[in-house]
Amino acid sequence: MKRTVPLLIGSVAGFVLIAAYFVPLAEGWGEQVSIWFDVLASIAFILGGGNLLQVHVRKVRERKAGWAYSAITVLAFAVTLWVGLAKVGVHPHPQFPDSSGWTGQYDEVGTPFWWIYEHAFVPLTATIFALLAFYVASAAFRAFRARNAEAALLLGTAFIILLGRTFAGVYLTSWLPASLSGLRIESLCVEIMRVFATAGNRAIMIGVALGTAAVSLKILLGVDRSHLGSGEE
Amino acid sequence: MYRHLRDLDRRWVFLLMLLAVAVPILLQSRFPETPSALSRAVFEQIESLAPGDRVLLAFDYDPASAGELQPMATSFVYHCAKKGLRLYFLALWPVGSQMIERTIQEVIDKDFPELVYGRDYVDLGYKSGGEGVIKVILTDIRQLFSTDARGTPVDRIPMMADVRSIRQMKLIVSISAGTPGTKEWVQYAVTPYPDELRIVAGCTGVQAPLMYPYIPDQLPGLLGAIKGAAEYEELVMRTYGGATLSGTYTEARRRMGPQLVAHVLMILLIIAGNAIYFAERRKGVR
Repeated sequence: MKRTVPLLIGSVAGFVLIAAYFVPLAEGWGEQVSIWFDVLASIAFILGGGNLLQVHVRKVRERKAGWAYSAITVLAFAVTLWVGLAKVGVHPHPQFPDSSGWTGQYDEVGTPFWWIYEHAFVPLTATIFALLAFYVASAAFRAFRARNAEAALLLGTAFIILLGRTFAGVYLTSWLPASLSGLRIESLCVEIMRVFATAGNRAIMIGVALGTAAVSLKILLGVDRSHLGSGEE
Repeated sequence: MYRHLRDLDRRWVFLLMLLAVAVPILLQSRFPETPSALSRAVFEQIESLAPGDRVLLAFDYDPASAGELQPMATSFVYHCAKKGLRLYFLALWPVGSQMIERTIQEVIDKDFPELVYGRDYVDLGYKSGGEGVIKVILTDIRQLFSTDARGTPVDRIPMMADVRSIRQMKLIVSISAGTPGTKEWVQYAVTPYPDELRIVAGCTGVQAPLMYPYIPDQLPGLLGAIKGAAEYEELVMRTYGGATLSGTYTEARRRMGPQLVAHVLMILLIIAGNAIYFAERRKGVR
């Protein structure tokens, strides 16, 4: 029962969405199922939060390696959640100036939630992303080797793309006459993206689409039930 | 020299990268930009719209990728505002809402104070569900967006009065850093309704190659990373810019300086790494 009901719901929803794409009469049903999906996606945030707490609280309790990071994660999660849900420091909505802060927006400029976003979330995420440049540079120096013909080809392509995405590409080959403009680095860069990258991507996309269709059918028909778990407690 | 390079501490590489990025910023190095065909296509798609046309701007990114995407978001909004288009902002990423708010403050509040919220632009905010949201708002936008991001019921927003679905938009502008993003807008919004909807996009450098298969039929124009942003910024500012414009509108071109030096450094590092590799191979070192 625990596996059959979810399987039936999944199958019906899946077939309705397929039918909605091809049969105009079924469009309304498809829309309804899409709304269910959006509601479930919202609920998934609660499940995600619960899961995050479960994993990190256990790590702190058992003093596993790196437990201090988990403690910071739990603390940051709890404080942000509380500040946002309790609307701490929120001003009343301009239409209701005499009401409490509950009528205001939790993320308006000047609120504690805005402060956490602006002064913690923004710099932290931007920093993590910016670190990539340093690690990519180090990895390029240590690992990007022309060990064989394929690697040398990849290396040459990387050079063209790296130069072609800056003014250096234009500057280095601007002396080429108009009749050879196709050999200018910026033109080569465009051609590599337009022809080779596109061809490769299309091949991958078609393969993925066929695979997705096959796996989806197996799930909808109940042949593949792995997404429902093992069934054991 | 060879031995020194072989045993180079990676912190020296980090330092070089820091200098490669910092020096052009401090020297305010600028380089000319020649707009590519794809950037020109994005520009032309917006140029072809008439004042009052509806444009949906999907801000599907977060502060991590704002370095690449915020300059193009700024240029998109500036261009649309200059054209007198009606702007409908929404986000499929949780913090996309904050990116919308930031862009409105930087562009509309500062340079277009005459635009009225609810009449000329509206912020519908974030909705969870990714492609599920797209599928629903293609037929009925009110099913999911009953209020705007500020909590005002959409029925009380003048520019929403005659909008039933996003199929009434003349153009979708997708600025995205991943999933859900441009790919989902192309697959679920534009592809089923090719005669009704058009889309142009700006995305991160990592994502751009994944978008090329949709060009030009499903996606006529694409801005790839900061390079695409700089080209589009050049086109917009060449056409609509003035001498009094703030640094907000030169941000993409300003960031091309650090990108150039960083890319050249990467190439030099790769060459140095390979020189060591071949020298070791000649000596028979494994």
